[in-house]
Amino acid sequence: MLRRRHNDGKVVKITIDGEAVDARAGESVAAAVLAHASGATRTTPVSGAPRASYCMMGVCFECLMEIDGEPNRQGCMVRVEEGMSVRRQQGARDMERAS
Amino acid sequence: MSAPAYDIAIIGAGPAGMAAAHEAVNVGLKVVIIDEQAAPGGQIYRDVERVAMERRHDLDVLGADYKYGYGLVDGLQASSVTHLAGHTVWQIERNGTVWCSDGKIAKQVDAKRVLLATGAMERPVPVPGWTLPGVMTAGAAQILMKSAGMIPDGPIAICGSGPLLLLIADQLVRAGAKIAVVAETTSFTDYLRAAPHLLRALKGADYLRKGIAMRRRLKTSGVRIVSGISDLRITGSDKAEGVSYRVGGSVKSFAAETVLLHQGVVPNTQATRQLRLEHIWHEQQHYWYPKTGQNGSTEAEAIYIAGDGAGINGARAAEAAGRLTALEIACSLGKISRADFDLKSPPWFSELDHHQSVRPLLDAMFPPPKEILNPPDDATLVCRCEEITAGDVRKAAKLGAPGPNQLKAFLRAGMGPCQGRMCGLTVTEVLAAAHGKSPADIGAYRIRPPLKPLSLAELADMETGDGDVTLASPSSGP
Repeated sequence: MLRRRHNDGKVVKITIDGEAVDARAGESVAAAVLAHASGATRTTPVSGAPRASYCMMGVCFECLMEIDGEPNRQGCMVRVEEGMSVRRQQGARDMERAS
Repeated sequence: MSAPAYDIAIIGAGPAGMAAAHEAVNVGLKVVIIDEQAAPGGQIYRDVERVAMERRHDLDVLGADYKYGYGLVDGLQASSVTHLAGHTVWQIERNGTVWCSDGKIAKQVDAKRVLLATGAMERPVPVPGWTLPGVMTAGAAQILMKSAGMIPDGPIAICGSGPLLLLIADQLVRAGAKIAVVAETTSFTDYLRAAPHLLRALKGADYLRKGIAMRRRLKTSGVRIVSGISDLRITGSDKAEGVSYRVGGSVKSFAAETVLLHQGVVPNTQATRQLRLEHIWHEQQHYWYPKTGQNGSTEAEAIYIAGDGAGINGARAAEAAGRLTALEIACSLGKISRADFDLKSPPWFSELDHHQSVRPLLDAMFPPPKEILNPPDDATLVCRCEEITAGDVRKAAKLGAPGPNQLKAFLRAGMGPCQGRMCGLTVTEVLAAAHGKSPADIGAYRIRPPLKPLSLAELADMETGDGDVTLASPSSGP
């Protein structure tokens, strides 16, 4: 689990799996999720194994998340925005939502 | 077809890209810089402007070498360069056409020359347990400090080798993190192997002094540093709980909630591979780098490369190389004469020489260990996306898979969302060992567009055509 060294940043209100969370301006979605809870940020489509952000720079694709209804976004490449809705993906992306 | 809108399209706003943009604008070229991040700086100077302006407490932790990048960022923003921030490049053509997307709409950018300044990525470290939540690269932890002021809560194990390993450990200590152990795979024999390069490295004595000071500071702050470890494993079922390794004939283990892995950095070759440029195998550091000619030119007339993407030399060398390549491009476009080049280039050549002088020593001192290149344990995952193990790759080799591209048909390795970024080097090494060949003979994955996934909606809304690209207005959600 990650913690913020200082909490003086501007609060950006988002939801993670429906739960209201205070993120900070400038943070990536992946960072906000890591600071919210330890453990998996998704499970894999192949075996359902738990995974979390590995590289934080857009090359590993481990932080795939559903952001504002759009699945398979790289959470480390998107900055948090007020009112953003984030969901940790379980297995393969949901095709219903994607349409 | 009308003339391209830009003289140069620079891909990547790290040190090489920012310096190249600065130099190109100075000689009167029209420049667009396309970068995936929201703010310029690359990974090394990531978010440095925001940290310098609003987060002084993080600036103190990250240090003077990071703060240095603010000058480059500031210079870029004050210039007439068109900066496409938050734009992911998904295809580059040899004629200078670049295709990118801001996540909503795809765009075509035409330039006479393309300068790839796509930098490096950390070498993937396939050890047992490396896919567990709580395990990330050391660089990822540093990015979290830079971009979010975050540090891991709970004990950290930092494992691997290379100068960045100690730097990040040092920064984490200053930031108040709890470090259980720094476990280095580097051993005494590595230092002996590096010794012949010491004389040349003395030209870059500032690097050596910093390295020694960093190690001393870590030791005096009570951090446990162990050298010469092997057989690294990460324990835990749903998330990392600790590490174990072998050192001096016995097995040690430490509890840790966060495990940071690092085995140096390698050029990010996705774009140069997609362009079908020739690549060379670096025998000592075990990575591919694209073949470059005079000052970053390549076999493709319109394509140039500068910085770590052309071979690892570090940020300051990348900056000098970026300036030299920009001048070379200006020369090739007839904007400056060769005599002008010879007049402007000497300070950058001497900068480059200074910052490269320590590299042979570092390359010899920090070779990636064999067990990372070719994981001995059959159960170790190699391809994280498709969940293919080292044993699977060896079995496919036995069944006749000769190289990485044929392996795709056997196993789908390299065909997941990361498109082989995380398994490419390992797959090449495992196949090479299985067939008793050298990695250079085995080759690498063929990389095809799109370089990163994009949606059909982004494609459908594509802006094509001539002229300048329109800058997207600040996003307000889809």
